[in-house]
Amino acid sequence: MRPWKFSLLMVAAGAGVFALALAIRSDYLFFAGYVVLQFIVLATAWNILGGYCGYVNFGTAAFFAIGTYTTVALHKIGANSGRYLSGTLGELLQPLFPLSVPALVILSGAVAGVIGLGMGYLTLRLRGVFFAIATLAMAVVLQTLVINWEFVGGSRGAYIIREESLPMVGFKLGYVQYLFAIMLLLAAVALSVARLIERSRLGYGFATIRDDEMAAEAAGVPTLRLKLIATAISGALMGMAGAPYPYYIGYVEPAGTFGLQYAVNSIAMPMIGGTTSWAGPLIGAILLGSMQQIATVTISSAVNLLLVGVLLVVFVVIAPNGIMGLIFDWQHARRKP
Amino acid sequence: MDIPVDLLINAVVAGLLIGGFYASVTAGISISFGMLDIVNIAHPGFIILGSYIVYIINSTTGADPVVTAIVMLPVFYFLGMGIYLVYYAAFERRGQEALRGLAFFFGLLFITEVGLILAFGVDYRYVEARYIGPTWHIGFVDLPLRMLVPCVVSLLMVLGLQLFLMKSFIGRAIQAVAQDQLALQLLAANPTRIKRVAFGVSIATAALAGAFLIIIQPVEPSVGREYIGRAFAICVLGGMGSLPGAVIAAMLLGVVESFTATFYGPSWAPAVSFGFLLATLAVRPAGILGR
Repeated sequence: MRPWKFSLLMVAAGAGVFALALAIRSDYLFFAGYVVLQFIVLATAWNILGGYCGYVNFGTAAFFAIGTYTTVALHKIGANSGRYLSGTLGELLQPLFPLSVPALVILSGAVAGVIGLGMGYLTLRLRGVFFAIATLAMAVVLQTLVINWEFVGGSRGAYIIREESLPMVGFKLGYVQYLFAIMLLLAAVALSVARLIERSRLGYGFATIRDDEMAAEAAGVPTLRLKLIATAISGALMGMAGAPYPYYIGYVEPAGTFGLQYAVNSIAMPMIGGTTSWAGPLIGAILLGSMQQIATVTISSAVNLLLVGVLLVVFVVIAPNGIMGLIFDWQHARRKP
Repeated sequence: MDIPVDLLINAVVAGLLIGGFYASVTAGISISFGMLDIVNIAHPGFIILGSYIVYIINSTTGADPVVTAIVMLPVFYFLGMGIYLVYYAAFERRGQEALRGLAFFFGLLFITEVGLILAFGVDYRYVEARYIGPTWHIGFVDLPLRMLVPCVVSLLMVLGLQLFLMKSFIGRAIQAVAQDQLALQLLAANPTRIKRVAFGVSIATAALAGAFLIIIQPVEPSVGREYIGRAFAICVLGGMGSLPGAVIAAMLLGVVESFTATFYGPSWAPAVSFGFLLATLAVRPAGILGR
């Protein structure tokens, strides 16, 4: 299938899901669905670097929080534009504020992508594990920065007041529905990007890095440049997933935004689904994401996190290629009896 | 800024004391990551586990935390061996340690943390011992015993480990694995068996480090995460598999953190280790005493 056809299909599928959700008319469905969609974006983004290149990123929460706090800062500037935007430059920028959510998503993606690029430049020239450890430490440091940054609320957190609904032509669209639609579109974009990479020169370059970086380097693959591209794309998508979050939740504080659940979920979902294709993170995110939404309501949120950790360990030990790998093996076994 | 001399010296002393404790946290990682090439990011999780076991025994029987930890050493040793067996069978033998091995340890870290939260909640836990309250004063220098005892025992532990690695047969075998695993196989030795022992030793150090941690400060399950960045920064800065290097790097990090906390405020201290790590990786990846 052509990439543009696939993208159209994804958008059409998204529209279908949205129409179905609207038809069911349950606000809870939108609330829960938003989280699942957010994890589809995060898992797909993680997989671009982790699954395709073989470089582990433990800093999903950090990239997610970069998006979230970019939104918080820009929202605050927009809400008090008279105070923060003075001088000639400020007057030029003033008509742009307050920014709409799609604009915030794009800006957050840019910020997170640039930070990912910088991080990668410092650590990707060394062995892969240093990058992994650096991303782990980066989450702690960014959290420290945010705690000490009074402008976005410091450790007390910040409230974001959103409108009740969006005035649309013909009918009123609730704000949660609006955010759900944005996240749906973002998931479609992330999956299209992942599939496009998979079938392109870039994707084959990534695969050579994953399989044998030394040999790839010797064969003339520009490994550092490819790794930096992967880190920037992956970081940007994670930042984009974080951008609408303050509007969704209404109140953000560092401990929650930097929570370990983002890091563990975005690793567990591709690992459980299968890391070599775009469908793996999608399957993993839908399965684990819905399971957690159900378990949070029926059991408790701590138990479902424990479940994710146990599933991650069990899958990497027993089924290293995830559900996609199991399906593949099963098909092979059937073909050759 | 005019800095009083006694404040300065006290900051240095506090940094050295906490650095001694960091040495015990890093010792295990220096062995597993530096020598065996096993990226055990779950190590801080085992340290917290050690803290909680010490807490349980101390709060029920009143036993001394350090003595409890020494009694626990064999338990942690066998735990480490068991984990290595799984790690070897599932990842190392198949050559998949880079991606899935890391995810495996990350999962273990997560399971210990969430498991402890489920069992004990997120309240801070602490232990009781005679040396936790009092402070020695030498001139204007304060030496809280709460910090001094872990620091001294920790340095003794690292010294013991270093002697074990330099003098004993198995210790030298571990160093041989660190140097060239293939050559060892050609000599008909079994690197897997040696690595199993070494990984057991590295996890055993977590029991003592856990006891030190809960003596120094009250502990809750997610404290461990702060030590991942620190321990790996120290390990890399000290020169991967070098224990003396790790002690020097630990003291250095302790002093810099203590200065940051004294002059800029404690909320900035966690950022220091990351700066150290990035600076080391960018400037001298081999570390201070690296080969």
